[in-house]
Amino acid sequence: MLKLDGVSKVYRVGTFGGKELHAVSNVSFEVPDGEVVSLIGESGSGKTTIGRMILRLTPITSGTISFNGVDISTLQGEALKDYYRQVQGVFQDPFSSYNPIFKADRIFRIVREEFFPGMKDQEWNGKLEDSLKAVGLNPAHVLNKFPHQLSGGQLQRFLIARALLLDIQFLVADEIISMLDASTRIDVLNLLADLKESRGLSILFITHDLSLGYYISEHAVILYRGCVVEMGSTDRLYNTPLHPYTRMLMAAVPRLDKKWEKVEVELRGKQSQITTGCVYYDRCPEAERSADCLTHRPPLVQVEDDHFVACSRYME
Amino acid sequence: MAQERPKEVRSEFLYFALRNRKLRVGLGILVFFLLFAIIGPFLTEYDPNTYAGPSAQPPSSEFWFGTTTFGQDVYSQFAHGLRSTFIVGLIGGGIGTLVGVVIGLLAGYRGGMVDEILNMLTNIVLIIPTLSVLIIIAAYLAVRGILTESVFIGLTAWPWAARAIRAQTFSLRTREFVDLARMSGRSSLRIVFTEIAPNMMSYLFLVFILQFGGAILNAATLDFIGLGPTRGMSLGLMMNNAVLWAALQLGMWWWLIPPGAAIAAIVGALYVMNVGLDEVFNPKLREM
Amino acid sequence: MSLQVENLTVYYRTLRGDVQALENATFTIADGEIMGLAGESGCGKTTLGHSLIYLKPPMRFIEGRVTLDNEELPIWDMERMNEFRFKKISIIPQYAMNAMNPTRKIGKMTAEILESRKVSYKATLPELKRRLDLVELSHDVLNMYPIELSGGMKQRMVMVLSTLLNPSLLIADEITSALDVSTQKAVAEMLVGFRDRGFVKSLMVITHDISILYQIADSIMIMYAGQLAEKASTQVIIHNPRHPYTKMLIGSLPKVGVKHSKQRLAGIPGKPPLLLNPPVGCRFRERCPVAFDKCFDVPPFIEIEPGHFVACWKEFESNA
Repeated sequence: MLKLDGVSKVYRVGTFGGKELHAVSNVSFEVPDGEVVSLIGESGSGKTTIGRMILRLTPITSGTISFNGVDISTLQGEALKDYYRQVQGVFQDPFSSYNPIFKADRIFRIVREEFFPGMKDQEWNGKLEDSLKAVGLNPAHVLNKFPHQLSGGQLQRFLIARALLLDIQFLVADEIISMLDASTRIDVLNLLADLKESRGLSILFITHDLSLGYYISEHAVILYRGCVVEMGSTDRLYNTPLHPYTRMLMAAVPRLDKKWEKVEVELRGKQSQITTGCVYYDRCPEAERSADCLTHRPPLVQVEDDHFVACSRYME
Repeated sequence: MAQERPKEVRSEFLYFALRNRKLRVGLGILVFFLLFAIIGPFLTEYDPNTYAGPSAQPPSSEFWFGTTTFGQDVYSQFAHGLRSTFIVGLIGGGIGTLVGVVIGLLAGYRGGMVDEILNMLTNIVLIIPTLSVLIIIAAYLAVRGILTESVFIGLTAWPWAARAIRAQTFSLRTREFVDLARMSGRSSLRIVFTEIAPNMMSYLFLVFILQFGGAILNAATLDFIGLGPTRGMSLGLMMNNAVLWAALQLGMWWWLIPPGAAIAAIVGALYVMNVGLDEVFNPKLREM
Repeated sequence: MSLQVENLTVYYRTLRGDVQALENATFTIADGEIMGLAGESGCGKTTLGHSLIYLKPPMRFIEGRVTLDNEELPIWDMERMNEFRFKKISIIPQYAMNAMNPTRKIGKMTAEILESRKVSYKATLPELKRRLDLVELSHDVLNMYPIELSGGMKQRMVMVLSTLLNPSLLIADEITSALDVSTQKAVAEMLVGFRDRGFVKSLMVITHDISILYQIADSIMIMYAGQLAEKASTQVIIHNPRHPYTKMLIGSLPKVGVKHSKQRLAGIPGKPPLLLNPPVGCRFRERCPVAFDKCFDVPPFIEIEPGHFVACWKEFESNA
């Protein structure tokens, strides 16, 4: 089980690092074994930063991320390598994940060199073939090719196959289908869902697309400017969104099952950093906010079974 | 069909390289002088510094490029000078590139404290007036050979290369394939040299060409102001001597023009090649 | 009939030969129509949009005829198109954010563009300000440099700019794809507002996001591998498509309310063909579950019901 507890990421910006940029503020949630949790947010919500912190690609400023009870920030050397045996990530841009001047299957060779240095060729080839088949690729068609000779969908499957070579239990999937062609998107999405079923893989599915989050996961976390504003079971979130941001998101997202309602959406640009009050204060409809919202950031409270929201209106 | 692809890529590169006029012209001039530097010295029996015949003779069948005021053979001086010019270019340019690449890659990949320190070092070397330092160093060393000169030139020329490579590394380091390598447990050093550096090959080549040309120019400047090698011969030294003994005023054009023209031609050719290569490597600049 | 395109064929010149990016496109956009143009990347939708206004190398005009308001557009001639660009036909490019000269104040840049079209900036200024109000930009932006504006603001500025002379046709190329959902909705609705107010007569909205088109478009045209597959009213395309590609494409889109555990959606097996050497006949043939012998001929793009065009032999057969 992966657990985030009060995780924050603060970047120092400005000439002498004098300003602070809160990319992620005090985020806590967990991904139980064998579950898919969607992390939903727009650009700048900090969703990618959270993924990168879980993968130890970006250091945490404060808080802890623990995997099966172990604080991952303490891992070094062999222990870190061992962590990577169990936790892997796939990113948004399939082409950028490959070194363009090498063949695509080099990513497997690196895994072999680092994790299975002693393995015999035959055993390795068998293993590789198994994981390629598990992601629905025909080894004969895809090995020994350059990245640009493969489609975006094939490249993403490659990355998933790479993760399967290890004993992975947890996968961070960061917008992995947003750059794929519409007709192949659903296949990669189905593949993830199938891996969850067949291998008990836990997945943190990071996306900006609400319908994808609904399709694949039972639980979702809604992120706005680095803060969790609402989380819970997808059914509850989608049917009875409580936070004004979630409601705005549900109303604004283009859907195929219903047309946009005449809801005014705010066009104001990104406002200055809010350090004390509610992060959504300046976009929140006047009628719903109070003076208190500007000074106190509402904590995430449980409003019903499996449904949490961070809004002062639901604090009692 | 899949296996044919790399060949195709390479031949596409070659296709553009051969079609590029700038590259062809630059390479032609360079190869011409290189061959001259290699073969030239064997075609003359005279030592560049001994007195071979009558003084101040214009070019003739005996002395192809004429002789100096002291009766030295200008052709022999030119051929040997050309050779040392290439040596300075290779060693000086090589060192400049190497130091620049290592510092640039390290600073760019590690970032943070390492970057700050290396960046400071780079800036210091960058703002030191290179020529003055070379003059001071040269003045302290009584006996100087071409090798020492090359090393000094190389050690002062790397900063801008380091800066450029640092910037490139910075942008490559955020690419996802580097993250992927990190998630494979690769060490930083291996990531720098197996993931990042190969992507900059074309760029490194351009850096080397520019460093090569810069080293030649620097050496010529040093030689010309009399701080060149005390032993051996170089094109800058030839010019220094020609000016010193009033070749211009005496109308001895055969002494003055060849070294100057050769330096201009080589450096010019390198820069033209640089532009040409840029076009070949960067598909956006390719003329269709 | 605002825009009529007949047999438009445009290739891309490459080292290895011509990429057949757009093949025999024939369609019309009526006055006041917002037509969505959708398809996967590389299907030719951007080629189609750009060729109507900016056909420059490596794009190569092969054949075709384009008329806008009964006047033929010389799209093969970059020079002569200058007369029409911006005045009669305009585009909001995909990277509108970067389309503005960073060294000019926005007002000055606008003046220069207008004057290059022999239109007085002074006389246009009141209208310009009115339109800035409409897209919720303050008049101060005219005294700002592009760098002082956020991405979304620049996008709206370009929208105002490109429609300032009330062109007959506006092409919007993937303008919502880089935006957040809330801004996306606002920008998309502004496009509709522009049409409603008569700033533009008709619109071609190019996007890969069909759900956006469902919200704002009157009709949707689907392209596949350089060929037109289907065009019909938005309702028909979404709820009652006839071309197998459209059917499978729409069917593969996840919708809120559909869960993997309850209803597993299917994608389209295979991948789009390379257009350097495309398959003969219908280019969807190799991935099509209902393909038969006839599909080795290129299916014509035929109106099977009023306003509903399809290019599929199977459909013609079952309709006949």
